[in-house]
Amino acid sequence: MSDGPILSVDRLSMRFGGIVAVNELSFNAERQRITALIGPNGAGKTTVFNCITGFYKPSSGSTRLTQDDGHVTQLERLNDFRIAKLARVARTFQNIRLFPGMTALENLMVAQHNALMRASGLTFLGLIGAPSWRHAEQAAIDLSRTWLERIGLLDRADDAAGNLPYGDQRRLEIARAMCTLPALLCLDEPAAGLNARESAALSELLLSIRNDHGTSILLIEHDMSVVMEISDHIVVMDHGVKIAEGSPQEIRDDPKVIAAYLGTDEDEAIAVMESGT
Amino acid sequence: MSATPAVPTSRAPGAAFILKKSLISALVALVLFSLMIGVRTEAGSDGQLTYWTRFGDLAAMVATVFGGSIVIELLRQWWGPVETVRVVPASVQSALSLAGRLVAPVLLVFTFLVPVIFYNERYILDLGILVLTYVMLGWGLNVVVGLAGLLDLGYVAFYAVGAYSYALLATNFGLSFWICLPLAGILAAFWGVLLGFPVLRLRGDYLAIVTLAFGEIIRLVLINWQDLTGGPNGVSGIPRPNLFGIPLTNDDNGLAALLGIEFSPTHRIVFLFYLILALALLTNWVTIRLRRLPIGRAWEALREDEVACRALGINTTTTKLTAFATGAMFGGFAGAFFATRQGFISPESFTFHESALVLAIVVLGGMGSQLGVALAALAMIGGFELFRGLEQFRMLVFGMAMVLLMIWRPRGLIGHRAPTVYLAKKEAISSEFVKEGH
Repeated sequence: MSDGPILSVDRLSMRFGGIVAVNELSFNAERQRITALIGPNGAGKTTVFNCITGFYKPSSGSTRLTQDDGHVTQLERLNDFRIAKLARVARTFQNIRLFPGMTALENLMVAQHNALMRASGLTFLGLIGAPSWRHAEQAAIDLSRTWLERIGLLDRADDAAGNLPYGDQRRLEIARAMCTLPALLCLDEPAAGLNARESAALSELLLSIRNDHGTSILLIEHDMSVVMEISDHIVVMDHGVKIAEGSPQEIRDDPKVIAAYLGTDEDEAIAVMESGT
Repeated sequence: MSATPAVPTSRAPGAAFILKKSLISALVALVLFSLMIGVRTEAGSDGQLTYWTRFGDLAAMVATVFGGSIVIELLRQWWGPVETVRVVPASVQSALSLAGRLVAPVLLVFTFLVPVIFYNERYILDLGILVLTYVMLGWGLNVVVGLAGLLDLGYVAFYAVGAYSYALLATNFGLSFWICLPLAGILAAFWGVLLGFPVLRLRGDYLAIVTLAFGEIIRLVLINWQDLTGGPNGVSGIPRPNLFGIPLTNDDNGLAALLGIEFSPTHRIVFLFYLILALALLTNWVTIRLRRLPIGRAWEALREDEVACRALGINTTTTKLTAFATGAMFGGFAGAFFATRQGFISPESFTFHESALVLAIVVLGGMGSQLGVALAALAMIGGFELFRGLEQFRMLVFGMAMVLLMIWRPRGLIGHRAPTVYLAKKEAISSEFVKEGH
């Protein structure tokens, strides 16, 4: 069992032509902890996500993922689906990307594709209905059922995902990512568009994923109540660079962070803080 | 006028709306026809222009448009397009759903009995074989277009590869049909993968164009590679199929002689009928099976959202290639059957028209629906024969029927999607959520 951070991002840069979206960003995500990546709009958070999950190829820098058994993967050398398949990094999207025409259950079954593909003997064992395949399929259905129960959607398992309310779709997308049995779960604004009650339920779900499954979580979020409540560690970005890092309490009191969010100078932010206290 | 008190009135506008709409239609008709019908010109006896007016005919025409427009509006409210609330009593609805569930088994039993019922009607048997060939092609293309959502306009290429594989292997090496059939499928699947590689990154219109070009390339190669394919002369003398080694001929060792019955050429037709039925049912069985396996779910997931597939660790490259290969393999089987049935093939049989016809069957049937594709093949091929008496108006009537069907059922005959796995109840998914891919 490895004790070091699960993910180390080292001097990661991403340039689009002349625009530097992420500039020499370094941070660690600790194992079995929730790390939040925050910052104003356009700070480059989603770009970092896309680099980590293989949707972009970073211009320079490295991202190293250390599995629980100590196996190290350099994520920038993998591409596309291989990061999710080999390094077991799962992600959700800012704008929900479920399979709308498939049922909630089917969405979770698709997430177990790689395991089921092996179990079905690359389709051939499954085609003849081998018993080993039937067992694997039943196990996959059971795992899906467990997750549907946890997110409170068991009674809507057979409904089209596109027909679910917005909050349910958000939770279903997280459950779908969890069905890939990830080592690192990356959530891009999971609380966007949720009301206060749904946000609270989301916080509870994420804490239980961390505590019960030991899954490390990296999340981007604008909803500060969620971030401050569940994060173990917060990384703040602005204009592509890291401006602060620390525990929720430290971040809350950091004048640089407040300045970035208010869009003012640091001195002014300190003045605002002092006048407020 | 408001015949539907329980239904929201948004789709049932009042008489004023209908009158207004009909008046506009009539006005358009008046402008259009005023010169076309209202004034008649002709060259007079001395070459001068003579004209006379036909306002009576014009008035009749405009009145017809006005009246017809009112009738159509009324009809639309009674039996509107598929997304509106229909005014059908619950009892009728449940009877319809029962009928819907019975369609497939009844159709299957009837198909099995066709050679028995129509034993002496060669025309119907031949038509049946033709329809079943297109059912099989439709089911094959359905894997690519309906499930994986990849618009393929060159499907006929695989049909051609299958047909030429059997024709050339049988005439050059004397291999039997039953050895060539899997070989034809494998070769077609191989070409499916070859087509798949260059189009992996393409979507939508671009994919359609490249597949269209691929279909033409195969046809042009068949025409120009004279040494191998015989060029435009095609391949003739393709061996007829036999029943696992027993020929269906009037010989001493033929099937009729072995069974001790009188020989009849119809035996071969009936055999061909059951052969294509078996091949089509194999296609159907494999497709239904694949849909419930991870590969089939990955195809459908690919149609729904490719980016999400990649985020879940699904290899979209192999998923697409297997879809192309599977669809192509069934096309290859159908091609081998076509060659053995005809006894002669030439590149003329594999034009773009065939691709378009098969694609129309898939789209008309409802993409992804097995029953819908079978019904559409029956309607397209059978219907085309049905209208034979109309002679030159056949295409017109046929085109009109297709346009109307697409207006009434824009997602095909059977537009909804059946889930592949369920916990409590298997409930069809409305087409409004299902993506079309491409």
